[in-house]
Amino acid sequence: MTSLARALIEDDDTLLPSRRDEDWRWTDLRGALRVLPKPAHATVSEKRETGRLERSFKFVQARGYHGQFALEVPAGEHLVLIDRFLGAEAAYAADLSLTFTLGEGASLTRIAFHRDSAEAVTVTTAEVSLAPGARYAQTVLAAGAKRQRIETRLVHPGGGAVARLDGAYVLAGQRHSDQTTEVRHQGRNGECRELVKGVVADQARGVFQGRIVVAHGADGTDAKLGHHALVLSDKAEVDSKPELEIYADDVACAHGNTVGALNEEALFYARARGIPPLEAKRMLTEAFLAEVVERVEDPAARDLAASWLAERLMGVAG
Amino acid sequence: MSCGTKFSAEFPSSGNERRHQHGLPPLLTISNLHVAVAGPPILKGLSLDVPKGEVHAIMGPNGAGKSTLSYTLACRDGYEVTEGAASLDGEDLLALQAHERAAKGVFLSFQYPLEIPGVPALTFVRTALNAQKKARGEDEVSAPEFLKRAKQAAAALKMDFDMLRRGLNVGFSGGEKKRMEIFQMAMLEPRLLILDETDSGLDIDALRIVSEGVNALRSPERSMLVITHYQRLLDYIRPDKVHVLAGGRIVASGGPELALELEREGYDKYVREAA
Repeated sequence: MTSLARALIEDDDTLLPSRRDEDWRWTDLRGALRVLPKPAHATVSEKRETGRLERSFKFVQARGYHGQFALEVPAGEHLVLIDRFLGAEAAYAADLSLTFTLGEGASLTRIAFHRDSAEAVTVTTAEVSLAPGARYAQTVLAAGAKRQRIETRLVHPGGGAVARLDGAYVLAGQRHSDQTTEVRHQGRNGECRELVKGVVADQARGVFQGRIVVAHGADGTDAKLGHHALVLSDKAEVDSKPELEIYADDVACAHGNTVGALNEEALFYARARGIPPLEAKRMLTEAFLAEVVERVEDPAARDLAASWLAERLMGVAG
Repeated sequence: MSCGTKFSAEFPSSGNERRHQHGLPPLLTISNLHVAVAGPPILKGLSLDVPKGEVHAIMGPNGAGKSTLSYTLACRDGYEVTEGAASLDGEDLLALQAHERAAKGVFLSFQYPLEIPGVPALTFVRTALNAQKKARGEDEVSAPEFLKRAKQAAAALKMDFDMLRRGLNVGFSGGEKKRMEIFQMAMLEPRLLILDETDSGLDIDALRIVSEGVNALRSPERSMLVITHYQRLLDYIRPDKVHVLAGGRIVASGGPELALELEREGYDKYVREAA
């Protein structure tokens, strides 16, 4: 159980992580939750079709929601999962623990939409374990909250298993969103791809922490980690910390991290062709995030992701 | 920083006088234009008329202000008009922002067209076309109609249509990028084309295809300003008039033969005069 859930259940705010905790220094929960809301069990509603599952987690009252949800994809099976986290305009807290277990040769394509209220403090932790030959592909799309932490921890067995942990965040106002990932490569020949892109406007704050650990003996590991952010205002902020911890000898690991503004040349080019400044900004911002969307293998899920991001951008670019 | 004027422009009367000389009303009129870029003045009293339907070449040595002229007309940030006026068909250009000028029919073909990953060329051009139409109070082009026109324009330029579905100019060669500029011209149907060093980076075959594309757009309603350092481009795009730009002003004007003279004798004479 993570510390927010324990703090809610035990009504003890000293259990909350604060800036003093290295892993939480950009996502201070203690400062954001002066009063702990009354605890409540989180519930999920599900819609199933063959090979597809949609889950909705709704936070409607000023409560402290907590819950644990496990999902297993048996060997050889394939599932597309759409997870929606939806908050009403209330000052709620939520701490959800999700586990995903993939059997041999199974595949799970997961898209998670995190749409919290601006007053919410939420932590979502996904723990993923893969059997050899399994494939886990995740795209986390986040609109931020007062504090929003989305954490993914994946244990990689190697052996031809493949993991893709992507994400995008679009933040306006005073919203905050933190995507933290940790991939532990424990076997030979594991592959991992990670691309997170974000756009921050107004006084918003985006956080990315990506750690890749390659254990002793996990030779042949092939890992790529990228985080790129666009900062659209002087008062917006992006903090990022990519980390590679490598204890094996024969590995290919790369990481890239950029934080910058919109390309003024490209903006002028679009304007010189008749596209008004606001529309030009929105077009270029959407294009910046498009790479994350294009990596979603399932066409229906990809369309959902594209329109969700486009809608968020309407409120940001400008 | 933005493009624009520091003073209230007084509208020139010189346009009417020149109308008699040419017999045709000018589409573009530039009078005594002074432009500063991040401080120092670059254009220092440039005057020029381009009548409807005519193609005028602007030639000049490096640093004469050729690109400054094209960026000023397109309203690039940082190009500040400190004196003078410019009008399109009698309408004050300098009072308009970049996208408004485009909607009025100004098209600047970039020397180095931008790569825009994530925006397919077709999407970019349709967005631009419909934004222009909206600004002019016209109906937007429907998707099927747009696609039909795009296919025709691409075929005329011998472009692979699949290229238009990829990110704008991403991974294109210099020739392909210039062809994409011509494609956009054909789709947007501007009244004033400004070709800024369109020949740079083109081999002879690409130059021919691009020039044919430009020539196909010549019409009695459309004027062109062809800005170039070399005479070579003018073998393909034959100008009605040639102007020499040196020291921030037009220092000589003549027929196509002037370009040949410059090719033979260089710009030295004009640079000395301008200094």
